[in-house]
Amino acid sequence: MASVSCKDLCKTFSQGDTTITGLDKVSLEIERGSFLCLSGPSGSGKTTLLNAIGGLDQPDSGSISIGELRVDQMSKTELAEMRLHSIGFVFQAYNLIPVLSALENVEFVMQVQGVPAGQRRDKAMAILAEVGLAGMEQRLPAQLSGGQQQRVAVARAIVSEPALVLADEPTANLDSKTSAQLMDLFIELNQTRNITFIIATHDTRVMAYCRRLIRMVDGQIVGDDLQEPAAAAEPS
Amino acid sequence: MNVTLTMAWRNLWRNGRRTWLTIAAMIFTNVLLVFLISLQLGMYDTMIENSLRAFSGQMQVQREGYLDEPRMRETIAGSSAITAMLREQLGIESITQRAQGFALASSQERSFGIQLIGVEPAYEPLVSSLPGLLGEGRWLSDSNAEEIVLGRVLARNLQVQLGDEITLLGSGADGSFAAGLATVVGILDTGLPDADRSIAQLPLGTFQSIFSMPDQAHALVFEFPDLNQVPARKSQVETLLSKKQLLAQFQLAVHDWDALQPGLRQAIMSDMVSAWFMYGILIIVVSLSVMNTQLMSVLERTREFGIMLALGIKPGRLGRLVLLETLIMSLLGMFIGIFIGYLLVAWFAHTGFTFAGMAEAAAKYNMDEYMYPQASLLSLFWGPGTVFIGGMLAAIYPALKLQRMHPIEAMRAV
Repeated sequence: MASVSCKDLCKTFSQGDTTITGLDKVSLEIERGSFLCLSGPSGSGKTTLLNAIGGLDQPDSGSISIGELRVDQMSKTELAEMRLHSIGFVFQAYNLIPVLSALENVEFVMQVQGVPAGQRRDKAMAILAEVGLAGMEQRLPAQLSGGQQQRVAVARAIVSEPALVLADEPTANLDSKTSAQLMDLFIELNQTRNITFIIATHDTRVMAYCRRLIRMVDGQIVGDDLQEPAAAAEPS
Repeated sequence: MNVTLTMAWRNLWRNGRRTWLTIAAMIFTNVLLVFLISLQLGMYDTMIENSLRAFSGQMQVQREGYLDEPRMRETIAGSSAITAMLREQLGIESITQRAQGFALASSQERSFGIQLIGVEPAYEPLVSSLPGLLGEGRWLSDSNAEEIVLGRVLARNLQVQLGDEITLLGSGADGSFAAGLATVVGILDTGLPDADRSIAQLPLGTFQSIFSMPDQAHALVFEFPDLNQVPARKSQVETLLSKKQLLAQFQLAVHDWDALQPGLRQAIMSDMVSAWFMYGILIIVVSLSVMNTQLMSVLERTREFGIMLALGIKPGRLGRLVLLETLIMSLLGMFIGIFIGYLLVAWFAHTGFTFAGMAEAAAKYNMDEYMYPQASLLSLFWGPGTVFIGGMLAAIYPALKLQRMHPIEAMRAV
């Protein structure tokens, strides 16, 4: 799975009497293990494309496949199953469940997946240690910094070992040092676990980490370039 | 602890004041329901007890068919021996014989058609409350005394006073002419207009002599220490009479109070229906309060629910989370409410419950001025159980709202 293919994706939104074009005949092929950025100004369609790939929103026309799965033809329940088991999401605003500790936030997803209690506790502890949060497992989101919260969100996204992680402006609320640490973590996970990362951003520092940079304007892909990443963590 | 349960518990206390207010409303309603239902059931028992003690008794042995059509000739022959045998076998004294018939009662001034009841002066006070309701004079002295006690209104209608004589004319059990004299020795004040207008009791021996029915009665009336004994005692009496072949020989039948006074249960049922109408309103108000709390709670967490939907958690599971939160809240409200309600009932069951004016009203009917609530599984769980179900039903709407939630739109909510 996790080779992503989009063909002629179109999506429009209505805002009062105005129709806004979110995606305009977008076609894209992403290979497994890729680390790519969707860049462009606000309203260029980055998030719309990310949501369409993640099955959070259905396109008006066109097709999306992840591996053998036709995302655009799935029912709501099938999409939920796919998001739960095969895709990890990292959002701009961390989006942790405020009443659950870091450990419980990670465990909750596994509980829903049906992982046995003992196993999920061990796995959640290990994954939190992997993202650098050992010793902070019992803290509530409000007791963690922005960078730490985003790391919990990453741990939650990768705990089910997805083949694909979709990150929407993951560094938007982080300072440059924490952003760099998060991107190093992404690179490490990409290299060690062969997870495909699709990151929507307009942060040039984030773009510098990506091997493939897709630029979007007004719902269209206007550039698809390969580049030498400026920074990357050493594989562990 | 299960993460979902942890989340439900902590979610409740995110807005602790609101949660406590909702639980407090449930507790208040449950305490009120437990107390009122316990009081109501206690009162019904007193009502039944008083009504039975005044009139029919808790159980009667009669000739078959007498209950539906009380004919003078449908008597129990050898009634005193049967009664003595039953007193001995059951180990209780509170069994008495009664006979009844119609007569024309004439004083010097007036004549009235009345219903006469022959009673055993020694045993009737053990079964009936009427001997205790004498307003003037005394109770009947001897089974063969030519005495009579009358209801206050009947005495007034006949224009008789204590010591006056009444002539009684009627037809005997064997169809013969029945005539007798009786002196008024007591006047009853039951407080019940119908009873005061019609009651006329005279000793059974005198009654038997006037109406030509020696050692015969129309009914054997029973009073047990506890109304709940009636079903078991009924079977016991049927078995005893059957063993002695009296049931078949004299075609006897045993009737419990429900058969003797069918209107009593109906009156209680209709009182219950009107009480439940009031309880129903109370339960609906509390359920709406639960619905409001959970609806607010869901609206406040729209963004959070959006995230969970985006992570792949199905709306059904989120709905179950809301129901779980309501379940915890309702269980707290129910058990705290039952506990406090039980303490209140236990206290008043000990001291009795009364209110201004109750003593005066109760005295008229020879009743206790205190009402004693009665705690039972029914009175403790009936009301709170319904509040619990109402609360859970009220949470269905907020839970259903989640089914229509779209993750992207929900995550954009502030």
